[in-house]
Parts: sequence; structure tokens; C-alpha cells
Amino acid sequence: MPWDFKSDRPIYTQLIEQIELMIFSDTYPPGSRLPPVRDMAQEAAVNPNTMQRALSKLEEDGLIVTHRTSGRSVTEDENMIKKAKNKLAIDQITEFLEKMRKLGFDREEVLSIITSMSEEMKI
Amino acid sequence: MSTILECKGVTKAFGDKEALSDVNMNIDQGRIIGLLGPNGSGKTTLIKLANDLLTPTSGEIRIAGMKPGIETKKLVSYLPEKTYLNDWMRVHQIIELFMDFYKDFKPEKAYDMLKRLNINPNDRLKFMSKGTKEKVQLILVMSREAKLYLLDEPIGGVDPAARDYILETIITNYKEDATVVISTHLISDIEKILDHVVFINNGRVVLSSSADEIRNEKGKSVDALFREVFKC
Repeated sequence: MPWDFKSDRPIYTQLIEQIELMIFSDTYPPGSRLPPVRDMAQEAAVNPNTMQRALSKLEEDGLIVTHRTSGRSVTEDENMIKKAKNKLAIDQITEFLEKMRKLGFDREEVLSIITSMSEEMKI
Repeated sequence: MSTILECKGVTKAFGDKEALSDVNMNIDQGRIIGLLGPNGSGKTTLIKLANDLLTPTSGEIRIAGMKPGIETKKLVSYLPEKTYLNDWMRVHQIIELFMDFYKDFKPEKAYDMLKRLNINPNDRLKFMSKGTKEKVQLILVMSREAKLYLLDEPIGGVDPAARDYILETIITNYKEDATVVISTHLISDIEKILDHVVFINNGRVVLSSSADEIRNEKGKSVDALFREVFKC
């Protein structure tokens, strides 16, 4: 997956979001090994210190586990991943609903648009 | 973390014009730092002071605790704004020269990078384009395993594709305990790899901050902030 950064937001938070996405989308499945920090930094074309910081935060959140001798891997706890994934979904939907509210749509209208769209797109 | 470059009240005057006025800063090991300022702000003067090419009018500058001189030159890999290499020389001859000069120079690294950038080691500097010459110089500088890299405008003359490669080279070649100081005004190209930025204007440090802190607090890129601070 190509990395993509906006320069008006901290690279650190964007790295966290993008690594989370890779975990959620099974690019890095549960229990899989992550490449060394340096390689990941090089691939993303960011500073290794920034990559290190992002990985430490993900470790704090429990999505990534550090092994003393053999680098880092994604947690094997699928529940943990599911929880984080749900939280991301809720955040995104909250943001979406907030936007819809500003556009003047009420609950019924939003739901009916979503229903008809998902029928059309067969999601 | 220990300090690699320290400036204490550094002032440098040329005649009655102060190029640097009371500059104070501490730069830690293991960082990539952007020294950013408009033309004539004092970036090159500061880098020259750190290389013992100029001496401060007052104040002091320390590299790993030492005054700039022979000992610090062993630790510092410097890319000057203008080339000092003889242009009749072939690239491999310059590599041999660097091997003689610097203990920490890794010729295999240099040959590897030359290959990646399609530069023939048998070519003479004289017959190279401006951009290719700059690439050669940067390759030489980054092939040393130094503690401090001082790069004065390293990407000004090279094309965007080579710029990306050069930034990649900087990221991969520097060791965890080494510091890279990049002076430039081409901020958008390099800001992704910077830990910390120092803005300098009229010989004074006007801002020193972590790059992500700027994006976080101001909601704008380092480049956008620079344009705002130095609006003409």
C-alpha cells in the first residue's frame, strides 16, 4: 500500500492511522511480523524517529507487541483488533452524521439515502 | 540524549554588518534538523562557523563539546554550498582522495549510490551537468559514517526524482546516533523527514520547534508556516 501524507497534519498521527488501516485490512494480519522500523521509515519516506514514535503509540494501544529479541509484530488478540476497528468506524460515522446534520438532513432522511444507496451499490 | 552541536551567544559580524546575532541552540544526537531561512538569513554563515571556516566574533560554538578544528572535522561531514573539488578529476579519483582524507569514508557505499544514480565513476567532474555534480558531492558526503552531517542546500540543483532518492539516502544512511542538519529553502520537498526545524531570519533564530508540533498546533505545514513568517 502506498503511503500518503498531508503536510498540514502531524506525520506521526497520519502514520498511526495508516498502520492501523494496514492491520485492519489484513495487510498485516494478526500475529504477523512487522518490518524493521528503518525499513518501514524508508518505505514511507519519513524520519525513522517519527516512525518509531508512531509504533510506540500503537504498542501502548495494544495493537502491536514488541518482542525483546525479534522485533515487532501485530497482536494475536483478534478481539483487540476488532475493538479498535469498531472504534474507527464509530469515529468516521460520527463525523459523517455531523456533516449531514450541518447540511440539514434529519435521521430519517440520512437512513433512507443510505438504504437506497446500498441497494443500488449492492453493498 | 547528548548534544552534538551547541551555540552559545554566537555572533558573527562582517565589518559593521552582523550576519549572526546572539544565536543560541542545542542540537541533539540522532535528529534530522531543517535549518530554514530566506536568502541572506545567516544559514551558510552558521554552517561555516561549525566547520571552522569562519570564527565567531563573539560567543562560542561546540561540536561534541569541542571547539571546531581538526578533531571535529573527523566527526563532521560537510556539504558546502559551492564545490571545492577539482573538476579535472574523475569520480573514482575523488573517491580515492576521500579515502585518504577520512577514516570513516566507505567507498563501497559511494560506488553503490553512483550506480543507483547512473553516474559513471570514470567520468570527469568537468563534463558533468550542474545537477550531476551536486549528486556526486552529496554521495561523497553521505558515504562517510559521521556523527554530524552539515548539508548546505543539498537539493537545490537536482531534479525531483533524484531529490527523492537523495532524501531516501539521507534516511537510510544516517545512524541512530548521527545528526543531519539540512539548510534549505525548498521546504515542502524535505519536511516529511525532519524531526525539528529552526527558522532563522536576519541572523537570529526566530523559531525552534518539532515539525509535528508545528503541524499539530498551527494546523499547517512547515512550508506554509515559513511562507507566513517570512512573507515579503
